[in-house]
Amino acid sequence: MSAAQHGAASAGTGECLCRIHQLNPTLNAFISVLPDPSPATSGPLTGFTVAVKDNLCFADHSNTPTTAGSRILTNYKSPFTATAVQRLIDAGATIVGKTNLDEFAMGSTGENSAFGPTRNPWDLDRIPGGSSSGSAGAVAAGLVRIALGSDTGGSIRQPAGMCGIVGLKPTYGRVSRYGLIAYASSLDQVGPMARTVADAAAALTVISGPDPLDSTCADQPVPDFTRDLDRPVEHLTIGVPRQARNEANNPDVAVALEAAIETYRSLGAAVIEVDLPHTEHGIAAYYIVALAEASSNLARFDGVRYGRRTADPKDLMDLYARSRAEGFGPEVQRRIMLGTYILSAGYYEAYYTTALKVRRLIKRDYDAAFGTPCDAILMPTSPRPAFRLGERVNDPLAMYLEDVYTVGVNLAGLPAIAFPAGFSRVGMSRLPIGMQLIGPAWQEARLLRAAQMFESATQFHTQVPPCAESDTR
Amino acid sequence: MSLSPDQVRRIATLARLAITDGQAAAYGPQISAILAHMDTLRTLNLDGVEPLTHISEATNRLDPDLPGPSLPPAALIAMAPDAMPPFVKVPKVLGDGGGA
Repeated sequence: MSAAQHGAASAGTGECLCRIHQLNPTLNAFISVLPDPSPATSGPLTGFTVAVKDNLCFADHSNTPTTAGSRILTNYKSPFTATAVQRLIDAGATIVGKTNLDEFAMGSTGENSAFGPTRNPWDLDRIPGGSSSGSAGAVAAGLVRIALGSDTGGSIRQPAGMCGIVGLKPTYGRVSRYGLIAYASSLDQVGPMARTVADAAAALTVISGPDPLDSTCADQPVPDFTRDLDRPVEHLTIGVPRQARNEANNPDVAVALEAAIETYRSLGAAVIEVDLPHTEHGIAAYYIVALAEASSNLARFDGVRYGRRTADPKDLMDLYARSRAEGFGPEVQRRIMLGTYILSAGYYEAYYTTALKVRRLIKRDYDAAFGTPCDAILMPTSPRPAFRLGERVNDPLAMYLEDVYTVGVNLAGLPAIAFPAGFSRVGMSRLPIGMQLIGPAWQEARLLRAAQMFESATQFHTQVPPCAESDTR
Repeated sequence: MSLSPDQVRRIATLARLAITDGQAAAYGPQISAILAHMDTLRTLNLDGVEPLTHISEATNRLDPDLPGPSLPPAALIAMAPDAMPPFVKVPKVLGDGGGA
């Protein structure tokens, strides 16, 4: 079966909804399926079925809650729609549902959702990655053609890699964050997830561009990212960080990285080694910055103006503390407490200011690597393929360390595209392996063309997960 | 060294989270392990490195000072867990433990 024949790539809305009803009880990729999908207008995305991560506010016709995967927002019905979602609708896309996620986008496995974990379509006992777990699963299983995700430290690219699809994290400021429920405002970006580079390019073209409702959204020209997509990048030079050839990588990931390098060489690209010397410090710097911002951003969820309120509070402090304790899951509580500690008197300099200095060093590392010169940096999306559900829930630090290849991009504000680049066979399962190309700021067009070169030369994107295969027999 | 349950409870109070004794005991070692990893940044020589406070090189953009559409107050009040339109109702703000 080719990707073009697979599920949502060619399905109409009715067929798409039918597939969701068949497979979602197993996958749990959707929190809400819209009974009355947005009416398709005429535009470049007419006929595209789209799912949106449920941390993007969407005032849909049926008044479906926007939950962020949290109990605290279970009944929150957004009175407005995120700019990225509205632009998809205006371009003719049909929004069919809101996808599952780690609560407030905090997690790398999809397990931290108040609505239960999403399962990986390639092996139902394994994680799909996160936090855009439902968006990745829905696209991989052919339930929708495109999904929106958000990427704060890898939350588009890592699940894209683990589910064998394309995921693009735009340059910070490329896509409006208006209506994205904030996790870490200096790192968050909205981006597309799709089965092909072309579909990701089509969605990025639509959602990009300045927005008067988000002052951090840059006034940068937005090209048609689909134009010239099939034209190979001339004199392409790929940089491979020394740190990505890490002996801690799963052996199949290491093999896939070398195979991807050879593929690019065979396409005429030059491949050079580059150095990102602060890679190992990226995790610590990222989590300090992200959790400091998260503890501040999530202060708004206090049981007063919207969201869950505890029963019979004895005073205002009790209302805050019990509403938040009842509404937030353990991972969110842990991150809020860490952020609070980091920002508290006596620790701010030691943690937060130090992390911002390391953030500058990481940005300098990338600038130096691109100045080598190279057009894009290639590395895996994660050190290993999807692991089993529940395997690491009690060891948050071990979970954080898995983000080693994704967080630097967010700290440096760069664009990156993840794409399928291999499989790891574990028992009866074939588990996707993802690679990513990272580019200088605002160079998404070049990244997309470089990823298209790989896609055209390989067949990984045409593979269909078993649950979707049996569904179409 | 692991944070004690009392230290975790103090952080939780600052974070406005009413955690149980069991949660305080469980979070302590987890938070301590993460902080220990964060402490590894102190091994770096950061002399002369300026903190990177803004990733974007963009400067503040000013919009024209014109009235625009607002969200409907009735819809916003309707989302409040308890309300007496046009007000949101909360427990007493002043008094023991109620003040910020």
